[in-house]
Amino acid sequence: MITVKDLTKRYARTVAVDQISFAVEKGQIVGFLGPNGAGKTTTMRMLTCFLPPSSGTATVAGFDVLEQPLEVKRRIGYLPETPPLYPEMETTEYLTFVGKLKGLSGSQLNQRVDFVCERCAISDVKKKILGKLSKGYRQRVGLAQAIIHNPDVLILDEPTAGLDPKQINETRDLIKGLAGDHTIILSTHILPEVEQTCQQVIIINKGKLVATDSVENLQARARGSESVLVEVAGRNGNLDLPAVQKRLEQIRGVGRVEYKTSHANRSVFEVESQKGFVRGDLARAVVEAGWDLNELRPAAMSLEEIFLQLTGSETPAATRDLVAKGAD
Amino acid sequence: MRNVWIICRKELGSYFVSPIAYLLLTMFAVIFGFFFWNALGYFVLMGMESQMRGQAFPMNLNEEIIRPLLSNVSVIGLFFIPMITMRLFAEEKRTGTIELLATSPIRDVEIILGKWLAAMILYACLLLFTALNFAFLFRYGHPDWKPLAIGYLGLLLQAGGLLAIGTFISTLTKNQIIAGAATFGVCLILWVLEWVSGYETATWAKVLSYMSVITHFESFSKGVLNTKDAIFYLTVIFVGLFFTTRSMESLRWRS
Repeated sequence: MITVKDLTKRYARTVAVDQISFAVEKGQIVGFLGPNGAGKTTTMRMLTCFLPPSSGTATVAGFDVLEQPLEVKRRIGYLPETPPLYPEMETTEYLTFVGKLKGLSGSQLNQRVDFVCERCAISDVKKKILGKLSKGYRQRVGLAQAIIHNPDVLILDEPTAGLDPKQINETRDLIKGLAGDHTIILSTHILPEVEQTCQQVIIINKGKLVATDSVENLQARARGSESVLVEVAGRNGNLDLPAVQKRLEQIRGVGRVEYKTSHANRSVFEVESQKGFVRGDLARAVVEAGWDLNELRPAAMSLEEIFLQLTGSETPAATRDLVAKGAD
Repeated sequence: MRNVWIICRKELGSYFVSPIAYLLLTMFAVIFGFFFWNALGYFVLMGMESQMRGQAFPMNLNEEIIRPLLSNVSVIGLFFIPMITMRLFAEEKRTGTIELLATSPIRDVEIILGKWLAAMILYACLLLFTALNFAFLFRYGHPDWKPLAIGYLGLLLQAGGLLAIGTFISTLTKNQIIAGAATFGVCLILWVLEWVSGYETATWAKVLSYMSVITHFESFSKGVLNTKDAIFYLTVIFVGLFFTTRSMESLRWRS
């Protein structure tokens, strides 16, 4: 659906996007991930024909963004970082205007306006002035505007920025619900968002492509092996830590065992296994040795850590910012 | 053409939903009303005097009221035009809605023409108030309507050129005030350039005075349709709108 090849955007002094190549298939949700200023918005603007690329090509649904911008624009719905709303318009008036801009007319236009109001849960603010809507509603009207002409491709620039947690969840569900009919690219610097909504991730940093893969593959790739957190408690008050560690190390398939913390009578160990599923063996070993097994959970590596691994050494400041953002 | 109309309707909507249009219309109506009242008062006084002297001076409504008033309107217009055009693009750039327009399947030219047309229509609405005043002349006198019609055509052409320049200036900044002030400056310069012809007859003075929008209104206010002057205004319109398209294109390469 979308093919990007060696896409580059140069400004007078800086290179905002440097030879990025990727492809997105029909019906997928792709997360475009990177710290602030990584070139996400610039790339999206090039895909939507807002900015022309300095070199390289991008095609959407088979049309080149430079050669046939009108055809590309017809097939794209775009939600910029700040929803492009006219504050003096009413919701339906605005959606009707955008629908007309995108080439809809007559009863089809009215139908689509009703449909997107329903879909984006903005039916109750149909007659409100856009300037008076809350941030969450503005974002949803922005989304409604992007899908009004039922485009093949949806490009969403930080669709959840500035929303409260409840609104973030609603927006994410809405986006997930739109997949299938539409191919979606969404940009974000919030990592859990990608884990929750996207099938594929494209990570860029300082204008360069760092990684592009499915969410699962990326996690697996960065992890290499599985690690499990085990919380063990002694039955009558005291626990022989070295004994536990030794016992855990003896289990087949277990690589490294690391003592993490102790709290009251409970101690946590991180067990790394080379491959396969060792949780059953772990549980059995602990119980058979006469200790209590309080907790057993996979220490899954979050995209955050993957991201840090992939970009960390290059830009400590930028990624620190990213982690801070990802945490909230 | 359909797209031009969509944009134009939207612009007219935002003029008339916000107080801008009503404010401009009221101010213009008051100012022009004052000019008209003065001109008429003077005309009536002259009429009385000529009767008292017992000699009948030939008095002409077209020459003594309509013509100077049309010239006044063309100058008052210079002050209103920046207020009409300053928000056209600056506002869209500030709120980010320009991204919506620029990523919709619609050509830049259509956006620009739509906006310029809306500005023209608002200016035409201002002129309607002058027509309201002139209507009284037709009620109580017998002025010739043809010079008046040509005068209006001249006003529209002149405003078209200045509005095109204002539209262009509005694409250069995000700030409405800057766009308004710059347009006002340009309008003012294009007006006063004519003054040099008053004391200087060298070629440079002729060129400068030729560039003044007021010079070319002279013939229209007399009720003469001069092709050269009409072409001057049409050229200004074309050049202004052409620069606007260039500016919008460079916006994409720069931003």
